[in-house]
Amino acid sequence: MASTHLVIAATAPAVRAALRQLFDPPAQVDLPDTLRDSAQIVLAEALNNIVEHSYAQSAGEIAVSLTPGHAGLVCHIWDTGRPMPLGVLPNGENPMSCAPVDLPEGGFGWFLIRTLAQDLHYQRRNGSNHLSFCIPAETKLA
Amino acid sequence: MQIATTLSNDLLIIHVQEPRIDAACAIDFKEAMRAAITPQGQRIVLDLAQVNFIDSSGLGAVVSVRKMLWPDRVLELACLTAPVEKVFHLTRMNSIFPIHATLPEIRQQAV
Repeated sequence: MASTHLVIAATAPAVRAALRQLFDPPAQVDLPDTLRDSAQIVLAEALNNIVEHSYAQSAGEIAVSLTPGHAGLVCHIWDTGRPMPLGVLPNGENPMSCAPVDLPEGGFGWFLIRTLAQDLHYQRRNGSNHLSFCIPAETKLA
Repeated sequence: MQIATTLSNDLLIIHVQEPRIDAACAIDFKEAMRAAITPQGQRIVLDLAQVNFIDSSGLGAVVSVRKMLWPDRVLELACLTAPVEKVFHLTRMNSIFPIHATLPEIRQQAV
């Protein structure tokens, strides 16, 4: 099936505009409701992480490629900001299980990504970060 | 951040009139809530019927409003759309907020 490609500025409003364009009716990427909701959650977290940590609020661009298929939605994301600390993706434990007394206000991003996405791969090459994953067509819910 | 409020003697309902609570508006959301919250002791219910997407920044902002009120009052949520319910369910945040399927009724006040 056809892929959708876009390049956006690394800012929170640009991430919002891209998600609206991709998933709000009339959606650029046509997906079943459950898959669309999961895809939007994972992409929001992955893209906002790049804005906040990889570029650390400095100017930059993010490239996104989405390909719907039988297994689900295959996503590739590239940026030229900082590499992941230690070159690996965060574990993504639920902050609720770490700090149940003092309620956490953050740290849910990687937990949501790891819960909803499969086949997560990260590579740093030639000054560029490449993250890829698949949102499965049939999501298992906790 | 557009919000509206419905106030009675014992209840304040804050209606979020935005389709998203996300990284682009989390700070505005907190400020709008801070301004809307009454000093009196009403129950506070956040009406999320118009919100069709929340990300982890938005979720963190809702948690911070809960902390703002605690321990005198508990922030209650109402009318979650499916995508918003999903984020609360996955993160288990649904276990710390009273969540209502519909808005509580406003009792008519004697004049």
